[in-house]
Amino acid sequence: MLVLVVDSSTPAVTAALVEVSAGGVAARAQRCTVDARAHGELLAPQVEAVLAEGDVRPGDLAAIVAGLGPGPFTGLRVGLVTAATMGQVLGVPTYGVCSLDGIGHPAAAGEPVLAATDARRREVYWAVYDGAGQRIGGPEVAVPALVAERARELAVTAAVGDGAHRYADVLGLPLRAEPRYPDATALAVLAAERIRAGAPGEVLTPLYLRRPDAVASATRKPVLP
Amino acid sequence: MADEPLVLGIETSCDETGVGIVRGHTLLADALASSVDEHARFGGVVPEVASRAHLEAIVPTMDRALREAGVTIADIDAIAVTSGPGLAGALLVGVAAAKGYALAAEKPVYGVNHLAAHVAVDTLEHGPLPEPAIAMLVSGGHSSLLLVDDLAHGVTPLGATIDDAAGEAFDKVARLLGLPFPGGPHIDGQARAGDPAAIAFPRGLTAPKDLAAHRYDFSFSGLKTAVARWVEARQRAGEPVPVADVAASFQEAVCDVLTAKALDACRANGIGTLVVGGGVAANSRLRAMAEHRAAKHGIRVRVPRPKLCTDNGAMVAALGAHLVAAGVTPSRLDLPADSALPLTTVSV
Ligand SMILES: [Zn+2]
Repeated sequence: MLVLVVDSSTPAVTAALVEVSAGGVAARAQRCTVDARAHGELLAPQVEAVLAEGDVRPGDLAAIVAGLGPGPFTGLRVGLVTAATMGQVLGVPTYGVCSLDGIGHPAAAGEPVLAATDARRREVYWAVYDGAGQRIGGPEVAVPALVAERARELAVTAAVGDGAHRYADVLGLPLRAEPRYPDATALAVLAAERIRAGAPGEVLTPLYLRRPDAVASATRKPVLP
Repeated sequence: MADEPLVLGIETSCDETGVGIVRGHTLLADALASSVDEHARFGGVVPEVASRAHLEAIVPTMDRALREAGVTIADIDAIAVTSGPGLAGALLVGVAAAKGYALAAEKPVYGVNHLAAHVAVDTLEHGPLPEPAIAMLVSGGHSSLLLVDDLAHGVTPLGATIDDAAGEAFDKVARLLGLPFPGGPHIDGQARAGDPAAIAFPRGLTAPKDLAAHRYDFSFSGLKTAVARWVEARQRAGEPVPVADVAASFQEAVCDVLTAKALDACRANGIGTLVVGGGVAANSRLRAMAEHRAAKHGIRVRVPRPKLCTDNGAMVAALGAHLVAAGVTPSRLDLPADSALPLTTVSV
């Protein structure tokens, strides 16, 4: 089954075409561009490119997988709205996967690992995975010092992801180089059971983890300066 | 006519998620989801709240529009989307959605100017627009006078507000008077019971010295301040505020300036058609005053019905249909959302 994967939860804008079979998940084509300011420009041409490279028409897709974040809101929404609208037109199910799982799951190697991405404002989005790649903490957003504490409590021995690299000194954990950003094939692997079973799709709801910046004014603001 | 282009339009530049479908100049569907209630307690539109609402609303709103029009996306000839100006994060949801629809359905996509769409929507009500025409666009986000010589390729800005937008002034004065957000309809309602000549509020940029540099520009900040001072003086004196009179007098001042400048633009350019659009065009006094004054000069005023004046998807579809009919090249898939898209750019 041909499946489109998109993730725009980090500065990496990713589109991939994968083939999900009974035996596993194989990557057919992938485009990934790291540019935190151009998610809206980059994603659609990349989707078009992976379909063209795979010699696939949109109508050949059986499902769409999207990284739900957490991630900076504006960029994150690009991937989710792209997946949702394409799924609507094609009449195929859309499946969401926590974007941090696309980093932590493939990085797991026997011992707990921390996956972190940049949340801006000197914070990181983070989650912890056990040795088999199951998420055992998070996803949450916090300052790196607090994340270091939580990682110690969960016996984490290594850190992975763009956010872990950025705050390596505060986290004080050995770093894994890859994946730095959510891995498209890993996201597909994590949705593969649902894809194979033809499970009903879901409404793609972003993992915002933060409220919108808006303070309701308790008293009326004076109109005069 | 069946050979007219069937175009779908998506609008997300502010707090309305709109999907409209038109065939040529015929409106087939105009589905709208609004997050206005979520902003009311903040007294203005909160960009992140609007963006979140667009993401939630876009798919169901599209479903409703297709059902209403009785078409499928496979029938559509082109997809148009507001690519600017507007709130950056909000625009981006609509632009990405349009690309998703275009990609999946293998249709061309047009990124279009929100203000030009406010002009184009009138063709759904009154048919093809004579060119050149003068357009006055007044809303919470913009107040502009434009010379529309070729709606498909470019319009010429004549003037705009130098401070607050007209709709913004309505919102602020409504707040002063204890009326809910958005202020426009509430001021309009109160004003019906008030005396428009009760208080002589200032008319911004209408003095001869201002006209020299700002003939077609607007200023509503001084008016808003004058209303605030007047109301606060009453309150300090312990006297009741005559809400209906203040609303009527304020509204009169706004409409006076808007219609005077719009008709001046028509006469100076020898143009016989004035199109009014944007949320403030729904104001009953503005419509009446524009028509009354224009009639004296033999100028025709075209104002679409209120539901088409405020932001919606139909206006974007109407402009899209105009572009398709004019043979304009579609946008590329990397088309950006541009919060400051200039008026001279009708499609990206
Ligand atoms: Zn508008």
